[in-house]
Amino acid sequence: MKRTWSEKIRRAADAALHNKSFVMGLVLIGFLLIIALFPQLFTSYDPTKLDPSHKMLSPSAEHLFGTDNYGRDVFARCIYATRVDLQVGFFSAIVPFAFGTVMGILAGYYGKWVDMVVMRFLDVVMALPFTILVVAIMAVLGNGIRNMYIAIWIIGWVTFTKLVRAEVLVMKNSEFLMALRISGFSDMRIIFRHILPNAVSSAIVYLASYIVMCMLTCASLSFLGLGVQPPTPEWGSLMNDGRAYLAQAPWITCFPGIFIAVAGVGFSLLGDGMSDFLRARGR
Amino acid sequence: MARVRYIGKRMAQMLFVLVVVGIFIFFLVRLIPGDPADILMGEQATEADIQAYRVKMGLDQPLIIQFLKFAKGMLHLDFGTSLLYKVPCMEMVSEKIFVTIKLTAVSILFSLLLSIPLGFLAGLHQDKPVDQISRIVSLIAISMPGFWVGLLLMVLFCVNLGWFPAGGMEEGFWGQLKSLILPGLAQALMTAALLMRNLRNSVIEINTKDYIDFAKSKGLSQRRIQCAYIMKNSLVSTITLLSTRIAFMLGGSVVIESVFSLPGIGKLTADAIFSRDYPMIQCLVFMFALIVVVINFVNDIIYSFIDPRITL
Repeated sequence: MKRTWSEKIRRAADAALHNKSFVMGLVLIGFLLIIALFPQLFTSYDPTKLDPSHKMLSPSAEHLFGTDNYGRDVFARCIYATRVDLQVGFFSAIVPFAFGTVMGILAGYYGKWVDMVVMRFLDVVMALPFTILVVAIMAVLGNGIRNMYIAIWIIGWVTFTKLVRAEVLVMKNSEFLMALRISGFSDMRIIFRHILPNAVSSAIVYLASYIVMCMLTCASLSFLGLGVQPPTPEWGSLMNDGRAYLAQAPWITCFPGIFIAVAGVGFSLLGDGMSDFLRARGR
Repeated sequence: MARVRYIGKRMAQMLFVLVVVGIFIFFLVRLIPGDPADILMGEQATEADIQAYRVKMGLDQPLIIQFLKFAKGMLHLDFGTSLLYKVPCMEMVSEKIFVTIKLTAVSILFSLLLSIPLGFLAGLHQDKPVDQISRIVSLIAISMPGFWVGLLLMVLFCVNLGWFPAGGMEEGFWGQLKSLILPGLAQALMTAALLMRNLRNSVIEINTKDYIDFAKSKGLSQRRIQCAYIMKNSLVSTITLLSTRIAFMLGGSVVIESVFSLPGIGKLTADAIFSRDYPMIQCLVFMFALIVVVINFVNDIIYSFIDPRITL
């Protein structure tokens, strides 16, 4: 029996909405998305407006997270930073995901030299800590958010390739693929209609934790002053702003981390949920 | 015989990776717009210094000769002179690397102390309150940036309570330990959570294996089964995961050492990037690769002894 697309989507959504982790993650990320899209709904302060008369005020009803050394409202800065951080998480992850998946299918399905080149590249990337590699590439390109994207894109795809390749290799020796080949289907049709939908699920699950990793890496680079440059508010660079005042005004440094943790928990929950129902369906 | 061949193969792979990393750091400097001699000698160098360096390193010669010279230096771990400190890079690195190694050791210790009891307990009591709580805690721990946890610990224990030194490395064994506890704990949290999850899942998986049923039917005590069968088998994959996490910890040391002003190679890396100390960056990238590759190699060898099923 052939299922229509709308029915397939309805079934998938049904499975997803019955997964507690997934729904909770969806709610958290959805909430952050609303903050990112409409920051002015959540705070009436301007995140970049300097106010020397209200420097380093501790948290109060008026300034929920206090103010920083320039008198800027820390809560407003955290709220406005959401857009930047979600963008970073999304853009730095989506390119490696797409490219890595394609390379994984090519390496797994065609093998030979494509496979060899990809696997050796993987060995090299695996030999260096992610942060070190990103930082080394940024030493060449220079600081800033655009160069951080490029650095993450250059190295991020290999893990996706490794995951997808492994799935394709398992499928390649299966009877079901043999049957498709004997039926005379073209390579393209086999890849897009049969291999891709099955192999991509592990990459999607990894995507969620990769977004978390990218956001944490970005926050730490910005914290060091290498990533997002001031005065753009970003959670990591906000923490960096407060570092010199850790003793007098710890709120400048401590509160932005809560936002990172919430975003991190949200994406981790999405990933956990997806791994439950995507794997269950695969069996 | 098969094992000798396997070790040989892994060593060849290791050498290949190091050669490629060498090529990578060689081109790292040459991809920056400008003359490599200018870049490697820094901004304060005089024209005569730069010219002398150019001749010494053969930067006026073809690229392949330049690379061979660079590779020859690399074999002796000679990466030239640091622009920032005016001493050979390796001198700085070998002086500071032990701080990072100690920090990593403390982090590993913390992550094992936290993850093994919790993971084991959670796995044996699947879906009970212990399991539920530890799952929530580990989820949160995975999502928090380690350096933020470090900053929180610092505010609480150093600034407010004054129990620990607020950064820097103190003298003596206890002083060093005191300086390393907070950064080690901050860095261990994420790894501990990942190890705990892994351990929990493998305990649950092993619990359903036939040999456990067999052990039960033989009448072995619950305690014996848990210790000798489940614990031993579930630790294998956890140790492997730990070896991959060491690479992450070394990367994380760049931030955590900056937070706690620890004089290790992580802080050295951050400083080198800021001051565009390219010889130092080359040296550090190579050293990080060397450490990770050697750890992975040792792990693979140990694994091949523990699990004879591995294809040699």
